[in-house]
Amino acid sequence: MIHEQESIVIKTVARLLVPFIQLFALYVIMHGHSSPGGGFQGGVILAASFILLSIAYGLDEVKRRFSIKALTVLTSAGVFLYAGTGVLCLLLGENFLDYGVLPVVEPRGMGMLAIEIGVGITVMAAMVSIFHDLLDFE
Amino acid sequence: MKFLYLALTLATGGLLIFGALDMPAWGDPNSPANSHVSPRYIEQSFHETEVPNMVTAVLADYRSFDTLGETTVVFTAAICCLLLLRRFRKESGS
Repeated sequence: MIHEQESIVIKTVARLLVPFIQLFALYVIMHGHSSPGGGFQGGVILAASFILLSIAYGLDEVKRRFSIKALTVLTSAGVFLYAGTGVLCLLLGENFLDYGVLPVVEPRGMGMLAIEIGVGITVMAAMVSIFHDLLDFE
Repeated sequence: MKFLYLALTLATGGLLIFGALDMPAWGDPNSPANSHVSPRYIEQSFHETEVPNMVTAVLADYRSFDTLGETTVVFTAAICCLLLLRRFRKESGS
C-alpha cells in the first residue's frame, strides 16, 4: 500500500507534470496512424500518469477520483470497441475488420483510429488496475 | 524422474535449435519475408490503406486480427490479476 508522500517537491512536480503526460498520451494515441505511436504506447503513457499520481498522492486519493470499478469497465470497453469496429464492418457487408466500408471520410484511417483508441483504453485501464490490485494485496 | 525431465527438456531444446538452424540469415535480402511481403507493404500500403505510417498500417489493418489478440491478452492479464488479488468483500472487524 502506497501512502501520500511527505515531500512537497514530489507532490508539486507530479501535479504539474500529470496534465502534460496525459496530453502527450492522447497525442500519441490520436496520431498513431500518421506518425510513430499507437494504442499500446499511448495507453502505457496514460497509465504512467495515473501511476505517478498514485505514488505521489497515495492509492486512496487516486481511487477516490477514478474508481476501480470504472477501471474494470474500461478494461473491457476497449476490447469491446475494437471488436465492435470489426463487427460493424461485418454488418456493413464486408469482412471482419475490413474498414473500407465505414461511412466516413478516409474510412481506413478512421477505422484504425477507432481500434487504436480501443487498444489505448484497454492498455491504460489494465495497467492501472494491475498496479492497484498488486499494491492493495496485503 | 529428474533426469527424465532434464532429458526431455534438452531434447526439445535441441530440436528447436536444429529447426532454427534452417532459417534464413537475419537480414538476408533473398529470404521469403524480404522478397515477397516487405516490398508489397512498402509499395502498396499507402494506396491500399491511405495511411502514411506503414507500421500502423501493418499492425492495425493487414494484421488487425493479431492486434485484437494482443489486446485480448492484456485484457486477460488484467482480469486474472483482478480475480487472484482483489478483495471483493469487506472483512468484518479488520
